[in-house]
Amino acid sequence: MSKITYREALNQAMCEEMTRDDRVFLMGEEVAEYNGAYKVSQGMLDKFGPKRVIDTPITELGFAGLGVGASMAGLRPVIEFMTWNFAILALDQIVNAAAKMKYMSGGQYSCPMVFRGAGGSAARVGAQHSQSLENWLANVPGLKVVMPSNPADAKGLLKASIRDNDTVVFIENEINYGDVGEVPDDEYIIPLGVAEVKRAGTDVTIVAHSRMTGFALEAARVLAEQGIEAEVIDPRTIRPLDENTILRSVAKTNCAVVVEEGWRFAGIGAEISARIMERGFDDLDSPVIRVTGKDVPMPYAANLESLALPSVADIVEAARVACGRG
Amino acid sequence: MSAKQKSEAGITHDGHFFSEESLHEMHDKMLFIRRFEEKAGQLYGLKKIGGFCHLCNGQEAVCVGLEHASEPADYMMTSYRDHGHILARGSDPTAVMAELLGRAGGIVKGKGGSMHMFDIEKNFAGGNGIVGEQVPIGLGFGFSSWYKEDGRVTICIMGDGGINQGAVYESFNMAALWKLPIVFLVENNQYAMGTSLDRASAETHLFKRGISFKIPGMKIDGMDVLEFEKKMGEAMEHARSGKGPILVEAMTYRYRGHSMSDPATYRTRAEVDEWRSGRDPIARLQNQMIEAGLATEEQFKQKDKEIKKEVAAIGKAAEAQPEPDAAELWTDIYNDPIEGAYPYPGKVG
Repeated sequence: MSKITYREALNQAMCEEMTRDDRVFLMGEEVAEYNGAYKVSQGMLDKFGPKRVIDTPITELGFAGLGVGASMAGLRPVIEFMTWNFAILALDQIVNAAAKMKYMSGGQYSCPMVFRGAGGSAARVGAQHSQSLENWLANVPGLKVVMPSNPADAKGLLKASIRDNDTVVFIENEINYGDVGEVPDDEYIIPLGVAEVKRAGTDVTIVAHSRMTGFALEAARVLAEQGIEAEVIDPRTIRPLDENTILRSVAKTNCAVVVEEGWRFAGIGAEISARIMERGFDDLDSPVIRVTGKDVPMPYAANLESLALPSVADIVEAARVACGRG
Repeated sequence: MSAKQKSEAGITHDGHFFSEESLHEMHDKMLFIRRFEEKAGQLYGLKKIGGFCHLCNGQEAVCVGLEHASEPADYMMTSYRDHGHILARGSDPTAVMAELLGRAGGIVKGKGGSMHMFDIEKNFAGGNGIVGEQVPIGLGFGFSSWYKEDGRVTICIMGDGGINQGAVYESFNMAALWKLPIVFLVENNQYAMGTSLDRASAETHLFKRGISFKIPGMKIDGMDVLEFEKKMGEAMEHARSGKGPILVEAMTYRYRGHSMSDPATYRTRAEVDEWRSGRDPIARLQNQMIEAGLATEEQFKQKDKEIKKEVAAIGKAAEAQPEPDAAELWTDIYNDPIEGAYPYPGKVG
């Protein structure tokens, strides 16, 4: 174990996988000579050379498509979007090409590759650079959507994603890049599609992913002081969703709060709530409560920005209401 | 008209020798594609083929000339007007017809239809339904050859409509920047659906579209299979020799509408007739071969009968196939499905 940052954990994952498999390459804007816009690829150009760590022009649709074609031809591309906001320009290749290639070609071609980069809200960067798009991508059959919430998960999940034989959308969190945590030094793989109980509890289930997992854990600490034991579950893989871990928890706590940074309408919380209702209805003592980002574009002013995002206090309040102690 | 001399057994066109055997092969392939497309049109009219169906009648010389100028290991991808190209590549025509009919034995198991033909054995990577989408994908195939140094060339085909997509220029830039072995081929059939070239393009000489990326361009008569094969061979050589990408504009014409639902009222009958009767690639090659004493009109008539019979049999065999098994709905989505998590049980009850 070493104490390293989330960004260092991602770097370690890529370096280990590129050392293991020479089909893997990293491509994106500023990944090589600049060492990454967020320094995730620090030192990788020196280690692997310009053939495997490749700076692109600012041309998201083009290099996303390059990754799709290269994966069809047998390589294992890791395509970095500086942020997922810019990947909107590349959605045709992600949604219409990568996700559907295996099906459309009757199983002949497929796109084993990783699209990765920073997602979620950042700090004070306004509407176009601060948003959560995982629900768009998780809606598409053929894609897997992975979102690590801490450094160890970042390493284990990215290694699994690079080894996975399908197209993985890997959404990192811009604000979490500097977070420090214990990360296993050796081979460490977290299988996709497996949620983790981050804190055990008996009174209320809180499901939260990415940066919101940290918020949920903080809310659980506050709730514990008030005599409420929350169980915090991080799905880690948004699609396919490990609903059994969530349902097992709800069977124990009989109530649930689902937290996400993204917008409420047709969000991840809507999907998880629906699944709890469909398969865990009899276990529920109260309606599932969603805590989400406000249904507005992200504002710039500090006060408005914090109003737009879910807070620890929001989660605490929702959990108290859910378990009948509001 | 360029110089063509009669030789022992073949035709020399512009210094390039075509043997009698290869001429017959090109002729038969073009005629086969023509008759195949006519059969597809007929089956569409009978509502046996559904959805969108884009035929390539008139453009056969590009399909066949291209195939003859390339190696089987070279990669190829195109738009939704893909029947002619996959047939020229040598894919099983019964599987292509079965795909059009949505049958179990379709080349992509009945999951793709007219627009999504793939054959990995023939290095044919689609069949892409979004205009221009195949161009960045072709860039990726070219990149893989650069990365692996495998000596293959990627032939990335688009239309005069597709070349206006932004992704094409993103791809041109990267292909030229990294000197990737790609031939970008524009089938300029003069119309992007119903919009004529001059209504859609500020620069109508599409081979010049690569200039600002330092990509050399060539314009080739796509209605003359000999001329097309020869010049396409030069383009292939350029890409294969490490000089980077090249842009080829093939001047061609589609006799039918954009798709089966298009009556093509945006062009005159006289214009279509002018191309059809004056420049048809099959009639042209037949005349050249007759002139060279390599075949007779009677032989071609006989060959046409045989091909029509063959295509009719293919149609029958494909129609006789069952529809895909219902279980196929859920296959080919993930290579590594996660047990219990996918497919999500969405059924009632």
